Amino acid sequence: MSLPPLAQPQYSQGEPLLRLEGVSKKFGTLVANCDVDLSIHPSEIVAVLGENGAGKSTLMKMIFGVMQPSAGSIYWRGQRVQISSPAQARQLGIGMVFQHFTLFETITVAENVALSMPGTPQELAGKIREASQKFGLAVEPHAPVYSLSVGERQRVELLRCLLQDPSLLILDEPTSVLPPTAIESLFQTLRGLQERGIAILYISHKLEEIRALCQRATILRHGRVTGTVVPKDETAHRLAELMIGREIPRSSHPKATPGEVVLKVSGLSVQEADPLAVGLKNVSFDLREGEILGIAGVSGNGQRTLARALSGEDTLPPSGQGSIEMLGRPVGHLGAAERRALRLAFVPEERMGRGAAPTMALRENALLTAHGEGMVRRGMIQREKQEAFTLKCIADMDVRSSGPAAPASTLSGGNLQKFIVGREMMLRPRVFVVSQPTWGIDVGAAALVRQKLVDMRGQGSGIIVISEELEELFEVADRIAVMFDGRLSPSRSTALTTPEIIGQMMIGLFDAGLDTAREAAQ
Amino acid sequence: MSVIVFVLSGAFAMCVPFALAALGELVAEKSGVLNLSVEGMMALSAVMGFMVVAGTGSHVLGLGAGMIAGAGLSVIFAALVLLFRANQVAAGLAVGILGMGLSNLLGRSYEGSSVTALAKIRVPVLSEIPVIGPILFVQDIVVYLTVVLVIVIAWFLYHTKPGLRLRVIGENPETAYALGMHPVAVRLACVAFGGMMAGLAGAYASTILTPVWAQNMIAGRGWVAVALVVFGTWRPIRIALGAYLFGAVGLASLSLQSLGVGVPSQVMSASPYLLTIIVLVVISANSLRIRLNAPMALGQNFSPHG
Repeated sequence: MSLPPLAQPQYSQGEPLLRLEGVSKKFGTLVANCDVDLSIHPSEIVAVLGENGAGKSTLMKMIFGVMQPSAGSIYWRGQRVQISSPAQARQLGIGMVFQHFTLFETITVAENVALSMPGTPQELAGKIREASQKFGLAVEPHAPVYSLSVGERQRVELLRCLLQDPSLLILDEPTSVLPPTAIESLFQTLRGLQERGIAILYISHKLEEIRALCQRATILRHGRVTGTVVPKDETAHRLAELMIGREIPRSSHPKATPGEVVLKVSGLSVQEADPLAVGLKNVSFDLREGEILGIAGVSGNGQRTLARALSGEDTLPPSGQGSIEMLGRPVGHLGAAERRALRLAFVPEERMGRGAAPTMALRENALLTAHGEGMVRRGMIQREKQEAFTLKCIADMDVRSSGPAAPASTLSGGNLQKFIVGREMMLRPRVFVVSQPTWGIDVGAAALVRQKLVDMRGQGSGIIVISEELEELFEVADRIAVMFDGRLSPSRSTALTTPEIIGQMMIGLFDAGLDTAREAAQ
Repeated sequence: MSVIVFVLSGAFAMCVPFALAALGELVAEKSGVLNLSVEGMMALSAVMGFMVVAGTGSHVLGLGAGMIAGAGLSVIFAALVLLFRANQVAAGLAVGILGMGLSNLLGRSYEGSSVTALAKIRVPVLSEIPVIGPILFVQDIVVYLTVVLVIVIAWFLYHTKPGLRLRVIGENPETAYALGMHPVAVRLACVAFGGMMAGLAGAYASTILTPVWAQNMIAGRGWVAVALVVFGTWRPIRIALGAYLFGAVGLASLSLQSLGVGVPSQVMSASPYLLTIIVLVVISANSLRIRLNAPMALGQNFSPHG
């Protein structure tokens, strides 16, 4: 791929590539952005930090032409511009990787790339392979997108953007699904782009990353800029404070007291219907009550299949290999409703559509899985019970919404996730399976969700957390096992292992650090 | 033998209105717009085509008038759903009723009158081949045009970049817009194209297939076309084969009736519907096939600025 020429002298530090002046955005009475000033120079990586609903996404959408500001001006290379559409933003040289993916599922990776670049899918396949090697983002150009995991899709998004040689790259939570090794190589990629004069607007809630990567950080709270700092000079703790306006809650993690086995999976092998997807290969593990088992791994290694098999969305065929036992009885043949009746609860990785029905009100979404909590009598919905349940869930989890009547789609990702996790917790499950509990949500919401998981463990639930975020697993899990290529490693006690060792296991080295662990145990 | 040749040959002309209208509807639906006014567009263009052929004697002008009428009506529909974001189902039904009403009004003085049909083209040499010759190579020009259109539309949708853009706008217009496409403009073009195809189908039915004017002469063929799109799982070749099957069975049941086969005529009349449904249900039983071909955003309106 061709890159723009090195160092463009006409854009000195004095003249910003992009400058926002007093930009505001109102939706009716809601103020998403108020009087925001922001500037970025060529060869600069600027972080935009902010809690859920702080207006980061809205701001980026205005820069990318998806929305128009209600007031204020945008300057591009010193000229005042009206960015009226993404097509125009692209023409100016602005590329964006969205937090919510903008890939079309029914067509292939190469076709998706071809939609935003000249060239046929066949011609682009070679370029994609080349770039995917160069940036360490493994992607098969001819795979249909519906067969890809969340992590793989993000790789495609990133690659597609990089293939367009933008002069300003906007990245919305780009590392949330990458393994530690890939994050480091992504940073090298980004630094390489920076050296070639490309400016990067980097939105992330991972504060350590911002400190490692960004020269400046603009911090948003409730739609206003609360400060512009040099992140290297600040501690991550201080940055978080600036962002949420108070100390970050950290989950307390008392020692686990595991009880009897509540879930036992032995020799489970599942073939995916799609020949391109990774299934499960001889997966075995135990889960005890009062403990949290973390399942780490880069997405696309069978986690989705495992989650579906555990939740009962996919039942095991009678001829299938392996078994799932819950509370001592085989449940492999039972569907999701029957397993839920045995007090299994599940939070899927897709909040919209699988965790909640987007167009339905929160109270109706509460009914979806909590109908057994006295909400239905003789087939009729008990409105008061339903309302009370929904209100309690909203209060317990600090869900910010307009109330039980708010459609799920109007909530921000973090608030909807808090609602879904809260709803499932209120079912007092014996076995709780949570997939990507804090994916793409901010520090405040994530900390709350993690704290609630730890609290639940204390009340005797057996919890499985499937996550790609190692930090998170090290914070909540008592044991960690790693999925790679459909296989599950033996679990390691969190106290006796390190993120480095788990990171190595994530690329298939299941024996990594065993000696060290043994020494530590002795 | 001669009956079979007659049926297989005649089925081409019989299926043209279904195939053309269904292909037009396919293109509109692939872009995410469900246009239920096909029946009305066909009815209006049938009368427009008939009037022009009766007045000028030119079938080319008649088909052209039909296409303009169909496109005109579809643009009214497009304005309602793309500009004013009216519900697609309701707007489609309303515009369809408008088309049928106009058709009956304009056609009143032509009731029972007829125009000359278009001569069939005998392809030299090829039409002399036994059996195959009379089936495939003694057809009117629109039949050949329809075959070409099936292939061109299939190629356009699945082998060109504008076709790819059209398909993804039907899958997710918001994302397409974020990538710099123009869903509203593309949808307008697709709906207008669908209208033109329905117009061609209607004018063909009234001036070439059965060149006699009668009220309600389209007789539900527009609805069959809409159904063929779904049962053909939104694939042009499957839709065309479904239309041909429908034409062939319809003609076969007529032939059998005229031969005096002792089957109730109601069963005969229902047979093309039944058989087509059975065949296409079998084709569309594969859920992955539907998932990959059905436009996900079908019937959903889109506005660029939220």
